[in-house]
Amino acid sequence: MSIEIDRVNKRFRDFVAVDDASLTFREGELTALLGPSGSGKTTLLRIIAGLEQPDSGRIRFHGEDTTDLHVSKRGVGFVFQHYALFKHMSVFDNVAFGLTVRPRSTRPTKREIRDKVMRLLELVQLDWTAHRYPHQLSGGQRQRIALARALAVEPKVLLLDEPFGALDAKVRAELRRWLRRLHDEIHVTSIFVTHDQEEALEVSDRVIVMNQGRVEQDGSPEEVYDAPANPFVYRFLGNVNRFDAHIHEGSARIGEVTLPAPQYPHHRHASGHAFVRAHDIDVLATADQPDTLAARISLVSVVGPTVRLELVTDQGDTPIHAEMAKHRFNALGLEQGGQAWLRPRQGRVFLPEEATG
Amino acid sequence: MSITLARRRVIPGFGLTMGFTLLYMGLIFLVPVGAFLLYTTTMSWETFWHAITQRQVVASYKLSFGASLVGATINLVFGALLAWVLVRYRFPGKRLVDALVDLPFALPTAVAGIALVTLYASTGWVGRYFELFGLRVAYTQLGVVVALTYIGLPFVVRTVQPVLEDLEAEWEEASASLGADRFTTIRRVIFPALFPALLTGFALAFARALGEYGSVVFISGNLPFRTEITPLLIVAKAEQYDYHGAAAIGTVMLVVAFAMLLVINGLQWWTSRRHG
Amino acid sequence: MNTFNQATRDGRDAGAPAVVDDGDLARRWQRATDEPAWLKAVLITTALIFVGLFLVLPLSVVLYGAFERGLAAWFEAVRDPDALSAIRLTLLIVAIVVPLNTVFGVAAAWAIAKFEFPGKPVLISLIDMPFAISPVVVGLIFVILFGSQGWLGPWLAAHDLRIIFAAPGIVIVIAFGTLPFIARELIPLMQQQGKEEEEASLTLGAGGLKTFWYVTLPNIKWGLIYGVILCNARAMGEFGAVAVVSGRIRGETNTVPLHIEVLYNEYMFTAAFAVSSLLTGLALVTIAIKSIIEWQDERQKRRAAA
Repeated sequence: MSIEIDRVNKRFRDFVAVDDASLTFREGELTALLGPSGSGKTTLLRIIAGLEQPDSGRIRFHGEDTTDLHVSKRGVGFVFQHYALFKHMSVFDNVAFGLTVRPRSTRPTKREIRDKVMRLLELVQLDWTAHRYPHQLSGGQRQRIALARALAVEPKVLLLDEPFGALDAKVRAELRRWLRRLHDEIHVTSIFVTHDQEEALEVSDRVIVMNQGRVEQDGSPEEVYDAPANPFVYRFLGNVNRFDAHIHEGSARIGEVTLPAPQYPHHRHASGHAFVRAHDIDVLATADQPDTLAARISLVSVVGPTVRLELVTDQGDTPIHAEMAKHRFNALGLEQGGQAWLRPRQGRVFLPEEATG
Repeated sequence: MSITLARRRVIPGFGLTMGFTLLYMGLIFLVPVGAFLLYTTTMSWETFWHAITQRQVVASYKLSFGASLVGATINLVFGALLAWVLVRYRFPGKRLVDALVDLPFALPTAVAGIALVTLYASTGWVGRYFELFGLRVAYTQLGVVVALTYIGLPFVVRTVQPVLEDLEAEWEEASASLGADRFTTIRRVIFPALFPALLTGFALAFARALGEYGSVVFISGNLPFRTEITPLLIVAKAEQYDYHGAAAIGTVMLVVAFAMLLVINGLQWWTSRRHG
Repeated sequence: MNTFNQATRDGRDAGAPAVVDDGDLARRWQRATDEPAWLKAVLITTALIFVGLFLVLPLSVVLYGAFERGLAAWFEAVRDPDALSAIRLTLLIVAIVVPLNTVFGVAAAWAIAKFEFPGKPVLISLIDMPFAISPVVVGLIFVILFGSQGWLGPWLAAHDLRIIFAAPGIVIVIAFGTLPFIARELIPLMQQQGKEEEEASLTLGAGGLKTFWYVTLPNIKWGLIYGVILCNARAMGEFGAVAVVSGRIRGETNTVPLHIEVLYNEYMFTAAFAVSSLLTGLALVTIAIKSIIEWQDERQKRRAAA
């Protein structure tokens, strides 16, 4: 089931939650809606589900207009951030709910319901909890039950709102790999909302980055990470440094360093910004190579196998962040307060008017 | 771009429930209260003013207002104490005491009235000890205060209790770790946090006491100019078919009740803002 | 983490640090957020004296007065025809008022808790209004509207309808006076529960009625039960407003509280207390149910936190 969003708008009083969003979600893909809080991603998900009504624009499921179809008729599975399990029902009754509330004519028999619920509980590896109540389960288990409950009605699309948001880091990491494997198994078109870039990059087939109600970029995880469409996406996905740059006929200069800027072949003596990720900066102990910036190491912090450096150059007041492997750091003999030379390996250059982020 | 004109709400039943809510409230009290106020406006200003400023009426205002104020103040002190003890300490029968606090809210006022007058009469279980000191409670203004204290008792306790429960122990520990002694901590940290709730409870108890009738009429003796509360005067006038007089005084009470409701709403808003 | 907090809290409540079992040390070592033992004792005693004077003694005096002359006298008072007729009228009235106010309470709470609309705070304050108005004024309002000298009096008389000094008037004033109770119980409860579970139910294909019945109602069950019982107790015990509109026609328009007043004024104290003990029993059941619900709630919260 593909989903098409056609110029959807939604405001809450003065707040623009979704600003003229148009998107297509392809059949069988797992897509992440990624953005900071207030970026409109949850609102968009709720509009797709039918939990919110757009102010304008249409939603189509497989070409069929569902904008005015009530949520209970839309056939979506929705997994809520705080699970929204029915507190007073056992796990079994929770998962069975969508089947037991069907009108008598389309309701499966008791036996069929039981078989199906147990099958789903096995799928989420929690068949032993059937007679427990939600409060007796851990957060991760509740989340899996919520997923089983959503799947019980055989939804055409599965929508997950910050599915791992309320869990601690270790459970999150486990559960998202599990979700990826589950999706490979059942292949239902799925959209999940997250503000965690690592989660989006790891789990999804496709990432849609949103900010202030607008879609900033739409692409594969590699595309959005390696070729961010604009400074916002650059900043939102990973640590990034911004250098003042001088753009001239397809290249940009930061101090003595030159970076290619092929998208601006006709600009002459323009000023702009170059964005370089922390791990795309080589830190050298000596000045024997060309294209380097002199810097002083102001802070060294060792995080497991990685060393994070803060360096000050005469190019600007904001410190430059760089990352390197610990063994390399030790081999170079660098130290806090010492001198170093920086060489940006790759990055992207944007003109100031593009730098909305 | 097509605009969805039908602004459906996703959760069903808004029209039905809202419609019934407004209809029922309208029929049961909004329209009657409005009609009553309209009735009052058919009086001439002189009639109205005369009705609400008769000496006997003014004396009843003074008693109702004064006794309610005293009762609410007693409740402020003892209600705060009771809330503190119930939240902070452990003692046998605590759960029972906690439950009993709601009694004045659940016990019919007429029953409370005859119980209080029996207790505080000069031969009663409590009244006889007051008698030893030459104090009469029943059939005096003190009796009115006793009844109004009783009726307002749950309010301060029940508004302060939840705030006290939610008070972070860390605040007090922080205060203590910064060198404050216990009394300073209570004065500078706990009391300010409780202040809006205390004031709300006080206002609720006061408002409730102003309009109270059932528990007072038995113990007060209902002597004009001395122990006659304003609600009693309304009943007396209504029974004598002096509808103008009753309506005028009733309007005064209604206006005061609205004003108190506004004050209480303001206080609750303040409490929740402080608290939230 | 939570268990730890619980432990320190309990320790403080017990008046001694939980981990230290040495009495001598406990005596010397006073927690930073604790009062000395003597002060605690004084505060607890003062509070208990206040509770005894204002809550326990009135309750005791009712029960003592009711059974002072033995069970036979109690039965006689309760079985008296006037008492029975007052009980019947009271039951009839609550059988009308409580269901109406229940429907109102649920409807108002649903509209307020599940939807956003302008003027919501005003509506919530309006629902509180009957609580702020003196019961006597409530009675007066309807006397002035429907009484024989009132606005609609002549018209009602011409059509041979009686509202004041008859059961319909009593029903209206009691409905007015007890209108907020169930709504006030349910509104905060339903607001706090939010609407996620209802939304989940809708996404699973359930309609409005099924969602209410299977999802909302079980969640508000205890609040609703308490609201209904409180409304019932207040309806049965309503005095001031009824005193104004009933006309106190013995055996006809006397409710139980009015009957108690009549008995008391005729110096039939034992009978007055005997009939009072019925309503007192109801009040005790009401606060017992409230305690049980709160106790369950606490246990649930502790369970959820564990």
